Amino acid sequence: MELTVFLEKKLRDFTLQADFTVRDEVFALLGASGCGKSMTLKCIAGIEKPDKGRIMLDGQVLFDSEKGIDLPPQKRQMGYLFQNYALFPNMTVAENLRFVMKEDSGNKVPKLLQRFQLEGLENAYPAALSGGQQQRVAFARILASEAKLLLLDEPFSALDSYLKWQLETELMDMLPAYGGTALLVSHDRGEVYRLADKIAVINRGQMEPPAKKKELFRHPKTLSATLLTGCKNISAAQREDGSHIYAADWKLSLKTSTEPPSGTKYAGIRAHFLEPREGAEGENVFSMEVVRVIEDTFSFIVMIRPAGQDAAPIRWELEKKDWQRLSGRELFIYFPPEAIMLLES
Amino acid sequence: MEWSPLIVTLETAVTATFITFFLGIGLAYGVVRLKRGQGLMDALITLPMVLPPTVVGFFLLLAFGKRSAIGQLLLQFDITLVFTWKAAVIAAVVVSLPLMYRTARGAFEQLDRNIIYAARTLGVSEWRIFWHILIPNARHGILAGLVLAFTRALGEFGATIMFAGNIPGRTQTMSTAIYAAVQANDYDLAGKWAMSLVVFSLIFVLAMNMWLNKKTV
Repeated sequence: MELTVFLEKKLRDFTLQADFTVRDEVFALLGASGCGKSMTLKCIAGIEKPDKGRIMLDGQVLFDSEKGIDLPPQKRQMGYLFQNYALFPNMTVAENLRFVMKEDSGNKVPKLLQRFQLEGLENAYPAALSGGQQQRVAFARILASEAKLLLLDEPFSALDSYLKWQLETELMDMLPAYGGTALLVSHDRGEVYRLADKIAVINRGQMEPPAKKKELFRHPKTLSATLLTGCKNISAAQREDGSHIYAADWKLSLKTSTEPPSGTKYAGIRAHFLEPREGAEGENVFSMEVVRVIEDTFSFIVMIRPAGQDAAPIRWELEKKDWQRLSGRELFIYFPPEAIMLLES
Repeated sequence: MEWSPLIVTLETAVTATFITFFLGIGLAYGVVRLKRGQGLMDALITLPMVLPPTVVGFFLLLAFGKRSAIGQLLLQFDITLVFTWKAAVIAAVVVSLPLMYRTARGAFEQLDRNIIYAARTLGVSEWRIFWHILIPNARHGILAGLVLAFTRALGEFGATIMFAGNIPGRTQTMSTAIYAAVQANDYDLAGKWAMSLVVFSLIFVLAMNMWLNKKTV
């Protein structure tokens, strides 16, 4: 299964540009709301029309602005999963499935109901189903329509966290039924990390080159990728020498694990990667003062800055028992060089 | 008592509502799908609802009269409309259409767009989407529009008297009969027709409300 997408569409505030290939993998577009990621999905499905570009699925042209090809959504065979599942409210579960089938060959409906654990619900209307059941019907319906590729549009963003987790694991179980290939859009970095193999960050319509998920979370290349992958601490930074940078917002000179590029503009460190030390010995260990302590559900968020300096606070997250041990004592914090991310743009 | 106004009224209203029903739904569906000019189309179809019915009747008279192009064309086929039963139907269609169109359009627009999109991506043709998804899910709005259009057609006066006249036994409806009775100082007759109209309209609107309430519970 191979989907190649190259498209441009002028939106109200910016121009959407997407360019990527999905090949037998779960591919995710990660971006803030309103960045154009759902629009990209709608263009692929044929619900919206790009201004120009080319979309191909396994060698078949779905859209080509130069050749004037624009297949209607009915001919694209995309299994678009909507956030609210968009089941037909006037039809029962079985009717929802039967309605989209090309031919109703005897026991196809019972088979689907069994496969998605919907037995006994065939005569229920969508309004009477739970969120999980609705999602399973939506998946069964996509399979009934013989769609070739799954498009998942923020599948869990409207749900509370318990249900979300339940549906997410269900989705993981269902993905193999679609050949393991899917295109997912989401603003939730955790969801994307857990579900996808490859990720492309999209910011105000601009898509960054896709990266393997581990690579993206370890070494985000841009500021927006760093923020979207959940890095809470970013400072303007400059190269000092072959192994040091100066983080201007934090007023700290930091050793790095690799040579900082001369174009270094920002430095970032994740809130979990700071480590407490007993004393001020060693490189990248600094005496810090506490600006503010916020108790979260299972951790403490401690805002710290270099002692006696009027610097921007750095967010540090640690387990409750660790903070209870440290609280009230003089604080020395180690910035692991390999955890410092350097950004050029 | 002469019963013809009742029969003319019912015949006119039923025929007009039948036409309005399909025309209104068709126009609503068409306008919702328009990419450009939605506002203008909407205004044109809605206009008869806000204009004085006499103005509507006057324009109908001009448009279908013997001196107009349409009137001339119809004359070739030996058809005259003005001051006939057909004119009463046309007048009722024009004034009741906006009610059918607006309620149907509202019902179509209330339906979650994603349901239509989902049906398209799942390979369902536009024709099947219209008949099996759009219409069934908009049925409450469509029924409400139908009742409003019918009751409007039932009581139509201004455009009818301008365009179809007030010919007893042929184009005289209950509402034009009331006017004629009052002019002839026959308040008894006027009162009877007035009460009939009130009762008729009330029954239909009540029936609609009961049906809608039952469905939403």
